[in-house]
Amino acid sequence: MESIIVILPLLVKMGIVVAVLLLLPLPLTWLERKIAAHIQQRPGPMRVGWHGLLQPLADAIKLLTKEDHIPMDADRLLFKMAPVVALVPPFVVFVAIPFGEPVQIFGSSYTLALSDMNVGLLFILAVSGIGVFGVILAGWASNSKYAVLGSLRSIAQMISYEIPMGFSVIGVVMLAGSMNLSDIVHAQDGLWNIVYQPIGFFVFFVAGLAEAQRIPFDLPEAEGDLGAGYHTEYSGIRFSLFMLAEYVVMVVLALLNALLFFGGWLGAPPFLPPALWLLLKTGFFIWVFMWFRFTFPRYRYDQLMSIGWKVLLPLSLLNILISGIFMF
Amino acid sequence: MTEVTVVQETHDNSGFNREVLMNLGPQHPSTHGVLRLLLQMDGEIIERVDPHIGLLHRGTEKLAEHFTYTQIFPLTDRLDYLCPPSNNLGFALAVEKLLGIEAPVRAQYIRVIMAELSRISGHLLITGALPMDVGAMTSLLYTMREREMVMDLLEMISGVRMHTSFCRVGGVREDLPPGCTERIIEFCDIFTNRIADYEKLLLHNRIFLARVENIGNISARHAVALGLSGPNLRASGVDWDIRRDAPYEIYDRLEFEVITRKDGDCFDRWKCRVDEMRQSLRMIRQCVEQMPEGPVIVDDPKIAFPVDKDKLAHSMETHIHHFELAAFGFKVPAGEVYQAIEAPKGELGYYIISDGSEKPFRFKVRAPSFVNLQALCEHTTNMKYLADVIAMLGSLDPVMAEVDK
Repeated sequence: MESIIVILPLLVKMGIVVAVLLLLPLPLTWLERKIAAHIQQRPGPMRVGWHGLLQPLADAIKLLTKEDHIPMDADRLLFKMAPVVALVPPFVVFVAIPFGEPVQIFGSSYTLALSDMNVGLLFILAVSGIGVFGVILAGWASNSKYAVLGSLRSIAQMISYEIPMGFSVIGVVMLAGSMNLSDIVHAQDGLWNIVYQPIGFFVFFVAGLAEAQRIPFDLPEAEGDLGAGYHTEYSGIRFSLFMLAEYVVMVVLALLNALLFFGGWLGAPPFLPPALWLLLKTGFFIWVFMWFRFTFPRYRYDQLMSIGWKVLLPLSLLNILISGIFMF
Repeated sequence: MTEVTVVQETHDNSGFNREVLMNLGPQHPSTHGVLRLLLQMDGEIIERVDPHIGLLHRGTEKLAEHFTYTQIFPLTDRLDYLCPPSNNLGFALAVEKLLGIEAPVRAQYIRVIMAELSRISGHLLITGALPMDVGAMTSLLYTMREREMVMDLLEMISGVRMHTSFCRVGGVREDLPPGCTERIIEFCDIFTNRIADYEKLLLHNRIFLARVENIGNISARHAVALGLSGPNLRASGVDWDIRRDAPYEIYDRLEFEVITRKDGDCFDRWKCRVDEMRQSLRMIRQCVEQMPEGPVIVDDPKIAFPVDKDKLAHSMETHIHHFELAAFGFKVPAGEVYQAIEAPKGELGYYIISDGSEKPFRFKVRAPSFVNLQALCEHTTNMKYLADVIAMLGSLDPVMAEVDK
C-alpha cells in the first residue's frame, strides 16, 4: 500500500510528461510554419482546420503511413536503433526538470518534477550529451555520404558546444550554491540571473542553439549542401522520431534558459499559475529560436568550430572568473 | 585477378583514388536545376570539383534548324527562362543584322524596357537565392514577391508571365497597352525601396558576409581567361559591358553606370547584381521618358504582318504577302552573323548561318551561363569547404536550361 502511494503519483507524472512531449511537435510544427510564413509574408498552412491548425495532424498521418524505407546496404539494426537512441535522452532530461513549487493535494505534498535531484543540472547536461549517439549511428548506418558527413559535423559540433555550455552554467551554480534546479530558481528570488550572468546567458543561449542544431548552427542538416544531413535516408515514422527529438531538445533548451537565467516560475503575475508562467517564458524562447531560423544564414563548418572554441569557450571561462571575483 | 584490374583501371581513368567521392546533384536543393557535381573531398575539404552538365539538353540549336525565324523565338525563351525578353531581343537583333533592317525606335524602346525588366527578374532570383543557399531562406521569398510584380508587368505587356516571345524580327508584336508606362513607373518607385530593404537585411549580416566574403575569388586575369561575362566578370574588376561598349538598340541614348567591384568573390558577384538592378531601374525610367510615338514593327510586307489590318481586305498584294509570311515565313539572305547582347547572365551571343531560306542553316547560342560555369573549378578560385562550393555555385548564378540548351 505504502509503495503504491509513492509510485502512483510518479506514474501519473511520467504519463503526463511523456504524453505532452509526444504531442508537443504537433503545435510546435504548426507554430514554426506559421512563424516562418508570417516572417516571409505568406499565410502558411490555411487549409486543414482553422488557420491550418490541424495541418500537423495531417502531416503526422502522412508520416506514419509512409513507406519505412531502409537503404540497401544499410546496417539494419543500427539504422532502426538510431532514431530511438536520439529520442530517448531528450525525454530522460525531463526527469530532472521542476515546473514549480510542490503542490498540496488532499493534504499530501507533490513536487512538480519527476525527481528534483540535487545534481539536476549535471544530470541534464550529461544525459543530453548522449543524444549525439543517435546522430552518429544514423549517419553511419545509412551508408550514405551525405548522412556520414552530416553526422560527422554533428559530432564535432555537439561535442565542441557542450563544453562552453557546461562552463556557462557554472556561474549560475556558483550563485545558487547548488546544482538542484529548484534551488537555482529559488536563488533568483529578487533578481534574475540574467542580470548577474549576462555573459553566461549569452554563451548558454548560443551554445544551446548549436546543441539544438538550429540556424545559424544547423550544419548537420544543412539542406543547402547536405540535402538533409544525417537523416537523409530516413523516411516515415523513423524520420518523424528524429524530428520529435529535435523539437524536444529545443523545448528542453528553452526551458533551461527560462529556469537558469529568467527566474523559472518566479515573478508570475498573480493571475497566472507559476507553472504556466514558466511555460510562457519557455514559449518565448522557442519563438526566438524559430525567429532566428528564418532570419539568419548558417555558418560554415570551420567558422562554427572557431566560434565554439575561440569565442564561446574563452567567454565562458571569463564568466566564471568574473563571477568568482564578485563572489569573493 | 580481373576484378582487381577493373578496379584499378577505374581509379586510373578517373584520377580519383583515396578520398571520398561525393555526387552532388542532379537532384539537390542548391544546384539550381539539374547540375551534377562530382566532388572529390578530403572530409569537408574540397580537392576537386567536376561539373557534369547536359541533363537538361533539349536540342535547341538543332531544333532551330527546322523552324522558321519567327518560330525560333519561343525556343530562345526557354534558354534562360528567368529573362526571356532578353533572349528574344538578342535573336531578333541577329536576324535583323542579316536582313539589314532596324526596328522602329519605339519598338527598340519597348524591347529595352522588357529586357531591363527581365534583368531585374533574373537578378532578383540570385539576390534571394544566394542567401538561401547559405541558409537564410527568407530573403528568397522577399525577392520572389517583387519578381511577381515584374511578372505582372510582363504579363500586362505580352499576355504571358514567363515565356513572353514578344519580340518579332523587325520590331515587337504590338504596342504597349494603355496605362502600362504608369504601372512601370509605379513599380520603379516601389522597387527602389525594396532593394534598400534587401541590403538592410543582408549587407551587414555578419553570418552572410562570413559565408560569401573572400570565398570563391576570381581574379580579373582568370575571369578574362575563362571567358566570363556579365556581372561575374565585372565583379572581378573588368570594366566591360556590351550595352556600353558595343551598344545595340537605344542603349547609347541611356545614361547608366557600369557596376564593377574589385575582389571577384561571392559577395562582389552578389552585390554587383544588386547594384545593377538599380541601374536597370534608371534605364527603364529613361526609356519611359524618352520613348517616342510611332510604329512598333517595320513596314516591310515581306518581313512583318501589315500594321493596318484593313489592308488585308482590300489589297490583293497585302493578302499574298500575309499568306506567304504565315505559311512559309520570310527568307533571310545567305550569310552569317554573330550578334551579342548583354543578357542578365552575361554575353548572350547568337551565331546564325543562313542559306537564304526561311530557316537558319545553323543556329548557335553562346550561352553566358555555360561559360560562366567554368569558373566552378578548384584551380581558379579559393573554394575550400563543401559549403563554399554551394556559395560559389549560387553566386555564379547559372541557369541550367541555358547551359544545356
